[in-house]
Amino acid sequence: MNSHRPTRHDESVHCPAQANEYPDGICPLQRAAGCILQDEPNNPTVSLSPSQPGGPMNLSSSDPVNPHAIRQQFPVLCQQLPRGRPVFLDSAASAQKPEVVIRREREVQEQYYANAYRGRYQFGARIDEELERSRQVIARFLGADSPECIAFTAGTTLGLNQVAFGWGRSHVSEGDEVVVTPMEHHANFVPWQQLAHERRARLKLWPMTDDGQLDMTPEASPITERTRIVAVCAMSNVLGTVNPVREIAQRAHDVGAVIVVDAAQSVPHGPTDVRSDGIDFLVFSGHKLYGPTGVGVICCRPDRAEELQPIVFGGHMISRVTVESSEWADYPARMEAGTLPIVQAIALGTAVDWVTEIGVQRLAEHEHHLLADAMERLQQIPGMTIFGPSADSRGAILSFRIDGLHPEDLAAMLDRRNVFTRHGHHCAMVLHDRLGVSATTRVSFAAYNTSDDVGALVEAIDFARQKLRLI
Amino acid sequence: MAQAIPMTLDELLEEFDELQDWEERCDLLIDLGFELPPFPEEFRTDEHLVRGCQSLVWLVTNLVHQDGVDRVEILADSDAMIVRGLIAVLLAVFSGRTPQEILSTDVEKLFDRMGLNQHLSSTRRNGLHGMVRRIREFASAHAA
Repeated sequence: MNSHRPTRHDESVHCPAQANEYPDGICPLQRAAGCILQDEPNNPTVSLSPSQPGGPMNLSSSDPVNPHAIRQQFPVLCQQLPRGRPVFLDSAASAQKPEVVIRREREVQEQYYANAYRGRYQFGARIDEELERSRQVIARFLGADSPECIAFTAGTTLGLNQVAFGWGRSHVSEGDEVVVTPMEHHANFVPWQQLAHERRARLKLWPMTDDGQLDMTPEASPITERTRIVAVCAMSNVLGTVNPVREIAQRAHDVGAVIVVDAAQSVPHGPTDVRSDGIDFLVFSGHKLYGPTGVGVICCRPDRAEELQPIVFGGHMISRVTVESSEWADYPARMEAGTLPIVQAIALGTAVDWVTEIGVQRLAEHEHHLLADAMERLQQIPGMTIFGPSADSRGAILSFRIDGLHPEDLAAMLDRRNVFTRHGHHCAMVLHDRLGVSATTRVSFAAYNTSDDVGALVEAIDFARQKLRLI
Repeated sequence: MAQAIPMTLDELLEEFDELQDWEERCDLLIDLGFELPPFPEEFRTDEHLVRGCQSLVWLVTNLVHQDGVDRVEILADSDAMIVRGLIAVLLAVFSGRTPQEILSTDVEKLFDRMGLNQHLSSTRRNGLHGMVRRIREFASAHAA
């Protein structure tokens, strides 16, 4: 097969896994990503040739990333708009895509596109191989036992529905309890609420402290012997709160319950380790992890795979079909009915490679630095309320309100300064009810954001306050 | 019951026509928002909330008999300033008109001319149309 592979754009196929093809052993993409020490741009001792896809970097996590160089890899951010460069502070809604991911999607469609797991001709075989490689990269990234833990799905919303009804219907009975938190996105709230209605089970909320963290004191725990499922986000999409999933998993397992983790916000911003944390089901989307839209992942612990039943039926997910009945294929195929988002699933593997090569821990440190800086500067603004915990207990998201300034007006004014933020309830109405506001303005940081972006935000808020006569 | 309107429709259209830039028009909306007459607190209830708006919008419609003609009087308010500006536009277009006049007004054409349909965010456009629907329903119920 290899001899038939087109070689054009090959560097985009293999980079960064085969970075040793480059004269100095450094892939240009990695160089641009700031994998090279900032103060030693030509450091020749850095080796960037992990033997396995998604292998660990040889750089210490203390070496800071260079966000200016990272930004150069994002075509959408390199444009000049009529009023200057875009300041993109809405990555929590969806992250921008690095060139390597864009090229990967194009490469698949230009060079070997075919349906997956169907045709045993050359293109089909290549697609199957690339999809399996993507599963492998993702499994490694999540700390999962094997690529067979990874099922591709459309995104976090569908994935959580598949777990809620695919596991919940057969394991939750009348009088049982499903525990969620008040800070869940609707995608990890409404499916559990609906499951509880359907099964006549009780939906319980994990108590939250005033600063937007889960109350972990034993007496506040909502978990009882009747608890079957604890569904929690690893990181809040509004408050940025990072939840102690390992401890929650332990408490769930103590009563024989499972833990379902919505990792949509957490995977791009910090290391994930499903095995050490004891997570039964973890779900995330590709598009927040610098990957394509339309693809997401369910990561299922191997000993739970048999228990997860399909809720979407069709091609590929069966082992035998007769007029009377059907039998399912093994997990993950049984969760992958119909044609997969093939191109997107392959390019998601590339996005994970990209993040892994920079180092998700280093990205977390970079973003934390921006977050702490932004929180400090925003707190100087009169009438400012930042919701949620201190910077040390959260990822790179902050939601706020300014007295006398409606989030909708603020967003319109920030947009006039090319500062792109999100406003509204961020699909977390239960949380906003708790906060006592109908809407907030949300700022979120990612790999490509710089301190200049924080400066632009502060300046744009000042502009909005002037326009709306607060100054 | 009758309230001062920040600007008549003709004045408003003239102002909008003079401003070619959407940002200047947006500033004008904010100015209009600040000039909106005070909203009676007793009407700030769920009953008068307009659905479909991301910001809170309260809208009250009344029929006032004046010089032998029934005219629709509108009171409205929002917690967002640009929406208050849009309310000022709606007051200029609709307030003090007869139900028949309201029903025969091609409001979309006016919004197009002001650039509102092109430049407002989809949620704001939905909110604006929610208010228009409310007013037209009232006019419809009272049209002779």
